[in-house]
Amino acid sequence: MAMANLASIVLLCMLFSFLILSICLPPVSCLQSSPPTSNNNEGYVVEGRVKMQALAGKGVSKTSNIKVVLNGGQKLSFVRSDGSFAFQGVPAGTHLLEVVALGYFFSPVRVDVSSRLQGQVRASLVETGRSLPDSLVLEPLREEYYYEKREPFSAMGLLKSPMGLMIGFMVVCVFLLPKLMDQIDPEEMKRVQEEMRNKPSPLSNLLQGRT
Amino acid sequence: MYSLPHQQLLLLLAFVFVLGFLTSSCHALYEDQVGVWDWHQQYIGRVKHAVFQTQGSGRKRVVVATEQNALASLNLRTGEIYWRHVLGESDPIDVLELASGKYVMTLSGGTNVRAWHLPDGILIWEAAIPSSKGSNPPRLVALPVDIDNDKINDLLVLSGSVLAALSGQDGTTIWKVDISGKDVDIRDVIVATEELKAYGVGFIGDSGFTIIEIDLHAGTITDRKTAMTSETLSVTELLVSKQFAVALDSKGTHLVTVSINANGLTVLETALSSLSLNAVGLPKLLPTKLDGAISLALGDLTAIVAVDPTSGELRTVETLVGAVAVSDSLSLANSKHSVAIIQLLEGGHSQNTFSLHVHGEDWTEVVQKETVKLPSHRGHVQKVFLNAYLRTDRTHGFRALVVGEDDSLLLLQQGEIVWTREDELASIVDAKSAELPLERDGVSVAEVEHDLAEWLKGHFLKLKATLFLASADEIAAVQESRLNQADKTKLTRDHNGFRKLLLVLTKSGKLLALHTGDGRIVWSLLIPGFRAPHGGPQVCPEKLLLWQVPHQHAEERPEVLVLGKSCSTSDFPAVLSWVDAYKGIELHTMKLSYPVTHALGLPLTDSSEQRLHLFVDDQAQAHLLPGSEESLDLFLKQKDNAYFYEVDRTKGIIEGYGIKGLVESSRQTSSEGYLFETEKLWSVVFPEETESIATVATRRPDEVVHTQAKVLGNREVLFKYLNKNMIFVATVTPKSVGLLGAASPEDSTVVAYLIDTVTGRILHRVTHPSMQGPVHAVLSENWVVYHYFNLRNHRYEMSVLETYDQSRVGDKGVMQLMLGRHNASAPLSSYSSSNVEVKGQSYFFTYTVKTLTVTTTARGITSKQLLLGTVTDQVLALDKRLLDPRRSATPTPSEREEGILPLTDAIPISPQGYLTNGYQVEGLRGILTIPARLESTCLVFAYGLDLFYTRTAPSRTYDSLTEDFSYALLLMTIVALLIAIAVTYVLAERKELAEKWK
Repeated sequence: MAMANLASIVLLCMLFSFLILSICLPPVSCLQSSPPTSNNNEGYVVEGRVKMQALAGKGVSKTSNIKVVLNGGQKLSFVRSDGSFAFQGVPAGTHLLEVVALGYFFSPVRVDVSSRLQGQVRASLVETGRSLPDSLVLEPLREEYYYEKREPFSAMGLLKSPMGLMIGFMVVCVFLLPKLMDQIDPEEMKRVQEEMRNKPSPLSNLLQGRT
Repeated sequence: MYSLPHQQLLLLLAFVFVLGFLTSSCHALYEDQVGVWDWHQQYIGRVKHAVFQTQGSGRKRVVVATEQNALASLNLRTGEIYWRHVLGESDPIDVLELASGKYVMTLSGGTNVRAWHLPDGILIWEAAIPSSKGSNPPRLVALPVDIDNDKINDLLVLSGSVLAALSGQDGTTIWKVDISGKDVDIRDVIVATEELKAYGVGFIGDSGFTIIEIDLHAGTITDRKTAMTSETLSVTELLVSKQFAVALDSKGTHLVTVSINANGLTVLETALSSLSLNAVGLPKLLPTKLDGAISLALGDLTAIVAVDPTSGELRTVETLVGAVAVSDSLSLANSKHSVAIIQLLEGGHSQNTFSLHVHGEDWTEVVQKETVKLPSHRGHVQKVFLNAYLRTDRTHGFRALVVGEDDSLLLLQQGEIVWTREDELASIVDAKSAELPLERDGVSVAEVEHDLAEWLKGHFLKLKATLFLASADEIAAVQESRLNQADKTKLTRDHNGFRKLLLVLTKSGKLLALHTGDGRIVWSLLIPGFRAPHGGPQVCPEKLLLWQVPHQHAEERPEVLVLGKSCSTSDFPAVLSWVDAYKGIELHTMKLSYPVTHALGLPLTDSSEQRLHLFVDDQAQAHLLPGSEESLDLFLKQKDNAYFYEVDRTKGIIEGYGIKGLVESSRQTSSEGYLFETEKLWSVVFPEETESIATVATRRPDEVVHTQAKVLGNREVLFKYLNKNMIFVATVTPKSVGLLGAASPEDSTVVAYLIDTVTGRILHRVTHPSMQGPVHAVLSENWVVYHYFNLRNHRYEMSVLETYDQSRVGDKGVMQLMLGRHNASAPLSSYSSSNVEVKGQSYFFTYTVKTLTVTTTARGITSKQLLLGTVTDQVLALDKRLLDPRRSATPTPSEREEGILPLTDAIPISPQGYLTNGYQVEGLRGILTIPARLESTCLVFAYGLDLFYTRTAPSRTYDSLTEDFSYALLLMTIVALLIAIAVTYVLAERKELAEKWK
């Protein structure tokens, strides 16, 4: 019993410490940056890669047209055929990276360049808050299709449209309602009509009240 | 009995159904609609470097680098772009070279070397040279040898005082050597291939030359040679060639030549006067690279002086007067050289005819001589690049790539213009729209619309395509007819107001009119009043003003006024030029004696519908134009209501002025405008330490507001505070003025102000802590939307402020609004006490924004879209309802009914919202919105390096049928219905008869 208790306490402690550790660790994971340049005052090199396999989709963008923009246009870099790009002379601080590739949506990336850790780079996606685990590998969140899609012509589609539904209802009224009327027993019908005639309608009541 | 109504009802239903199907409206564009009413044009800008790739069997190209930082590969036969890259603004291309026949090497800012793959433009490698930033232009030499034995020839880069050899394979530095020394200033590097040596040539202080010899393999300095001069030298320019270097002395009286030979340097000073150049003025060495010669500018004279390589003696070989362009030497296969000189012919001013000479090895020999006539709106030739091709008889023929004064690019061959690129359109300064002339009676519509049968056939094909029944050929035919609608490109006004002229003013001082139908150039004019005598703009174009917009007299022509400021110091600070917007002819021009800081179009027009303009000078005095008695009388009546304001961004002051009185003496000199004294009424001073003005947004002066009241879901009325004099000002902390990544969230703030410019009263002020510029803003009706950067969340944010007039809160109900008892029509005065309520809300936004504007429609009924130029060079249309301060997380049913969207923390971006769809407007700088006559539609013209034009309908085209509307289907349905009615009628008759017989 005591043993079991002890074991459970140890387990709890371990769990707790793990929890604490995981809380204390920064949410943005560290990743190995590019080799820092020799002179620190001129800034660091930020290197990364655009995942070209992810752009194999519709092929809207050619490789030669993909750009990476630092801080809203301060610096601009083109990707090489393998998707890699590099910014030279980036000072320590927090920066914003944006990828320009027609036909794909990339989240802007927050890039922290540390001055203490020799230009170590930490990156996270701004849109989702997700941190980039091992290196600055950027991939599109989704493909973008800029045009409305032409729906193929289909009878079902026509019927499902508001117009189609209205017509359907009308058809029901025109064809089925008379059939329903036919099914009612003629004598029953007569009786109901008689009742209606005898019982004064509320409207006529109202009119009589007025007068 | 009821068979007849029954069937007719069904038919009616079918009709309604078909009609409903036909008019199903679309929101975004279908892919096959691209090019139906939009167009996209790609440009590169003014070319500053060009290299040809004409050897080998591949496609013949020319690679160019432009002043707009574009690098492009063009088809040499047609001028089309194979590929193009636009480098960052801080990345100008200094040197462009071809290496090994398939790599394009660029050097930017003296530090970034990039290698691009010539066939497809993919970046191969990029290298940075850590340089001690020198002020001298950097050099890049593609070596004809391979140093590091990887079978790819390498590069040599001189940047500041660092000379580096880079591997052609991947850009790694093979060796790097600092060649600076005491007072040593190395300007250029030349390579002797056979000896495997590089020579750095430069100045020692201002009284000597030095040559440093470097071993190409080891990268070590093997020798230094110096030679002192007796004269002090002008160190601005040093022309270096293989065997000599030439500089001017500091007084500009002597040319100092230094010959480089085996036994050292020999200096020779030659007086300019001995060169028999009959010109006065300071001489200037031109940086043209000539073989065995230099070129020199002296006043309006250009001289080519041959240099004897051994003795350094000089001899004038050619003196040219006027507008001249000289190409670099072109080395030909048999180690000969050629140079092209293009010169305006004497008396060729009116015709704009040029003579193109290609000189051979010896300057006396002219290999090729041509006369070329350029259109007058191209101006003088500014630059020429020479290229040779081998004729069938093994002699060399030459073609020349020339840059016109208007920044256009032309290829000349055998005296003809092979192709022209309108690259002046890459640098638009201002854009406006103008109406086309009315359709004359003489032109009948029938001519354009073909005959009815053809028209029906076209529509029948369209119908087949809609129902997916058409074959591929038929679909192609439909697409063809769509794209080439004959009435799209007519030069007359159309009923919907889609056809207009886009007037664009370019940096080169050219005014062009583009047709909105297909983007073609209707006319173009190199504004004569803006030109310098020998080409090149003397006056920088600033602004385009609509001077006369005729409404009543349709036969009158619209006129535009172009305002230009003097680029250099000269005797006149500003120039006005009036241009006919139909013909593109300069009507008259005027040099002003005062500088113009502000040009205001007043809401007053005289009897000939000329708009009155106020030009404010640097003394804050106002000049009224046109200088006629009539305009003066008109203005004097309204003088007390005229106010203007000035924004001084450097000092952080906004000042408001009123007009005091006419200076009587200016009645005599009224051609330059009547002069009015002004008085300062108010000023808003922002504290210099904490706030600096980031942006000022004003309402479009021609904006139309449909209603002042906004009816809420609960039938209450909100009154918009529509103050025409309200401006939006955003200030940022001065420390964080620069781009992102420099400021910390603690000490960076954006402050937004709404200011009344008549009284200077601050209507509203809101502080956004931890925010940073750049701020982009747009003001329209009673709202302002602005975009800035949130440093805490490290995302962009957009905010909206809406102003409502609470002083009218008494009359709330819709019924009261409709039936009189309200004061909405009472005029609003800036001086009346007002009770303005400002509502605001902020949202996250994904992208960096380059420009921000709003759609505008003819009557202001249609809801608005915000148009954002994003960092991806696309134009994104956002519904204004997304930026509505009344959005809440859970809107009440009545708010939902009103169309208020539930609040989200970020603004959603739908890919179908991009007006540019599959295009990019590279280098996007501005968006012009023009209202069409059709209320639902707004015309959008986006310009940067590229041009893009389209239409947008923010609330869909509710007032017209879509372009796809199938008339054929409608006609067929009607015919079918008529037949069906006839048939059912007969059937019903028969049935009735049969029943009667029963």
